[in-house]
Amino acid sequence: MIDTLVSVFKNNGLVLSFALIGVIMYVSYFLSAKLTRGRIHGSAIAIILGLFVAYLGGLNTGGEKGLADIGIFAGIGIMGGGMLRDFAIVSTAFGASFDEIKKAGVGGVISLFLGVIVSFVFGVVIALAFGYTDAVSLTTIGAGTVTYIVGPVTGSAIGASSEVMALSIAAGLVKSVFTMTFTPFIAKYIGLNNPQSALVFGGLLGTTSGVAGGLAATDPKLVPYGALTATFYTGLGCLIVPSLFFIVMKAFFA
Amino acid sequence: MVIYGVALLAICTLVGAFVGDLLGIVLGVESNVGGVGVGMLLLVLIVDALKKRGKLELKSQEGLNFWSSMYIPIVVAMSAQQNVVAAVKGGPLALIAGAGVVAVSFLLVPILSKIGQKQRSTEQVTPEYREEPVR
Repeated sequence: MIDTLVSVFKNNGLVLSFALIGVIMYVSYFLSAKLTRGRIHGSAIAIILGLFVAYLGGLNTGGEKGLADIGIFAGIGIMGGGMLRDFAIVSTAFGASFDEIKKAGVGGVISLFLGVIVSFVFGVVIALAFGYTDAVSLTTIGAGTVTYIVGPVTGSAIGASSEVMALSIAAGLVKSVFTMTFTPFIAKYIGLNNPQSALVFGGLLGTTSGVAGGLAATDPKLVPYGALTATFYTGLGCLIVPSLFFIVMKAFFA
Repeated sequence: MVIYGVALLAICTLVGAFVGDLLGIVLGVESNVGGVGVGMLLLVLIVDALKKRGKLELKSQEGLNFWSSMYIPIVVAMSAQQNVVAAVKGGPLALIAGAGVVAVSFLLVPILSKIGQKQRSTEQVTPEYREEPVR
């Protein structure tokens, strides 16, 4: 019986991963609603759980590919592999339009570019402080500090190690969770109470779930303004970090 | 048909990957230079053009919508196959980088808000709210 079940799982790896990730999503959104009252978004909890099962998988097998190293879970490697990931990321551009960015105005666009640059540089400085010296690792960790998507997209484009990619996802995740959690407490000190500052806020932080969650807890009326700029942030990051920023980094670090 | 939307997405992704690889060769960096970003840019431009001509039917949009709503689950699957055991050793790095960048960005909000305020007083705009895939 067990053998039959195992062989069904092995022969349907990708289908099994849909079921498995579905369960993780369900549990995450449940925890988000019950435990954090929606304060921490379900998607962030799901990614934390994803990293956690990768940790368990790594402990079990001693391999480098987390849960995907365990035979029956190899399908996770297809679902979360570079091909479907890039495909799904490109699809998120559906719904964005350049007419929208005009509404953000000069302040919004400046904050968008500055947000990506400042986040990247900050991540690189911290990575340097932790002893990374090669352009590929530094760029990938800097990219993760932009968002947890720009990190792995950049890392796999320029050939970073899985360890560095995991670090970059974790950095982006911390950014997202901290943004969700602390925005309502800090809002009044940074003048985050009007549409213009919400636009700037979305452009500077850029993590869509973090910005939407943080603003919703501050004042729901501000959410669309923050989302307007944040929508473009990850796309901008995917465009300029693995290209322009990596080339600049290569010039400075061998 | 749903497949039209999916095919459009596929073509944008492939062209982006191709352009990214070519750029990598031209620049001599042996990597894909911004391919995903190029793909996104293409998709925005093409969808925009098609919509303005009324050529993107609802069914085709469903194909695009499906994949953009699979985005977070795919990112979760991606997280589940990283070398987290090795990364945990560098754990404080992720924490400091992630927390620090939020603090720095918060500090910049009031400074940059002023830039926009001068310009905004001349034109007041309100974006409509729409349901976004969270990312």
